[in-house]
Amino acid sequence: MENFKDELIIEIKNLSKNFKNLKAVDNLNINVFKGDVFGFLGPNGAGKSTTIRMLLTLIKPTKGNIKIFGKDLQKERLSILRNVGAIVEKPDFYGYLSAYKNLEILSRISGHDISKKRIMEVLELVGLAERYKSKVKTFSHGMKQRLGLAQALLHDPELIILDEPTTGLDPMGMKEIRDLIIHLSRDQKKTVFLSSHILYEVEQVANRMIIINKGTARVEGAVKELLDASNLSVTFEVNDVEKAKSVLLNTTWSQKLKGITNNKMELSISNSDVAMLNRFLVENGIDVSSIIPTRSLEEYFLKITEEAS
Amino acid sequence: MITLINIELYKIFKKWRTYIGFIAIGILVPIIHIAMVFEGKNTIDFMTRNIQQSFVFVGNLLNTYLISYIVLTSLTVHIPFLITLVAGDLLAGEATAGTYRLMLTRPVTRGKFVTAKFIAGVIYTNLLILWLALMSLVIGYFIFGVGELLIIRGDMIIIFEQKDVLWRFLCAYGFASLGMTVVASLAYLFSSLVENAIGPIVGTMAVIIVFVILSAINVDLLQSIRPYLFTNYISSWQLFFDDPIDITEIFKSIGILTLHVFLFFGATLIIFKRKDILT
Repeated sequence: MENFKDELIIEIKNLSKNFKNLKAVDNLNINVFKGDVFGFLGPNGAGKSTTIRMLLTLIKPTKGNIKIFGKDLQKERLSILRNVGAIVEKPDFYGYLSAYKNLEILSRISGHDISKKRIMEVLELVGLAERYKSKVKTFSHGMKQRLGLAQALLHDPELIILDEPTTGLDPMGMKEIRDLIIHLSRDQKKTVFLSSHILYEVEQVANRMIIINKGTARVEGAVKELLDASNLSVTFEVNDVEKAKSVLLNTTWSQKLKGITNNKMELSISNSDVAMLNRFLVENGIDVSSIIPTRSLEEYFLKITEEAS
Repeated sequence: MITLINIELYKIFKKWRTYIGFIAIGILVPIIHIAMVFEGKNTIDFMTRNIQQSFVFVGNLLNTYLISYIVLTSLTVHIPFLITLVAGDLLAGEATAGTYRLMLTRPVTRGKFVTAKFIAGVIYTNLLILWLALMSLVIGYFIFGVGELLIIRGDMIIIFEQKDVLWRFLCAYGFASLGMTVVASLAYLFSSLVENAIGPIVGTMAVIIVFVILSAINVDLLQSIRPYLFTNYISSWQLFFDDPIDITEIFKSIGILTLHVFLFFGATLIIFKRKDILT
């Protein structure tokens, strides 16, 4: 995925938000560059939506500074929002109005001259063109989510902020949204800030990401690097764990041994070493019944997600 | 701003609850007219029972002006409820529906958003009073025609010539609109504080009922606070049916009510600009 490392689109510095005694966001720093699909990952209650609401000026920060397109968000809110499209949490619309009318109302206050043709184009893009006259209250959650995406794209913004955009969608719908995000980034050179609590989703579309928990950043970097195979933790299930342990003790594999439980050995090795170790164990008379790779990042993310829930 | 006001008016008039007020007035006023067709003569006799020995009444006393006066007297007490149904929902309704997120993530200032909604609410309020005026005067005109307006105030009878009445009604309806705008402003203020429209409706009505009760109790201490209760000035439209008209008192009432509108709206503006949108 192409990106333009020299042009900062979002610059968050020391951002904090307190709700009475609760620190929802604590000293958060984020840089998003032009062309990035930036994964904003964290379990429920981590502070993702609060951060996104601050990015969209729905909430005032307790401390810190946000710059978007190089402009101060507090001072140049209107000119910034003209080029931002967003879905914030669940997609809510005026249920008593049609899908078309909802988009028409939003188009009139978007700061752009948006034609009826453009409204129909985005409805077509999200697969709602045939239901454009239907009142939104008759829509399913998935349809509202698609309409949410349509309103975010309506004015062809440079920056698209998506807060859990696949929530409530079926697997096909989720894939379509992921494909659309990739299309927006690759073909239309949009910058996408994607919030999610699903690592797999971010992994599929993002080039950079941050994991936050309890309002603070925990892990940040390029998705490829963070999920690199060198961080693999591989569990080998063997028939005789004691024999396997003694065989490994006399080799360099022993340095990579993380632990032994029942008939399982956990080792921290690279992807390319897995086949080699398997062959080594078999050649030494040890039967391997299963090999389970677990990435340390995934493990970490699962751990903090479980803690949060 | 004009675009925002148009959008807000469109949203108001696409909601079913908006028409409750119009329907209620559209049913109540004709019912009063029908009742007066059958009972109007008795009503006039009852009003003039103490002075029938001394005066002879000629002409058409049971006319659209008398009925409109009676309607205005009785409905200005109840119309606030119809006003709050819409005004109390203007901001709280957006919070309930979660649509703040749609509107306030667009390049629109919060100040303009709140002002546009308020103006739309005031337009609705004035249309409701206009509807009341039309229903009262026009239906009455076709059923009873026009004539002199007889008003009994305490032990005093005031009779206005036919040609001297219409302008008084127009002024009275204008004043009633201002009074109802104060009610709308209060409901709007409450609407900015909560996330459910029921709260502002109940809150506004509670304030009006408490203030009216406080004004009505004949105790010196309570009477001394009466001038500070805005409800005291809402019924000042009746000043237009005095002879001579107390212009000073009318301007004082207009000033106090206008001040309340600005106070309530100003407070709403400040609160909303500082508000974190969490819905």
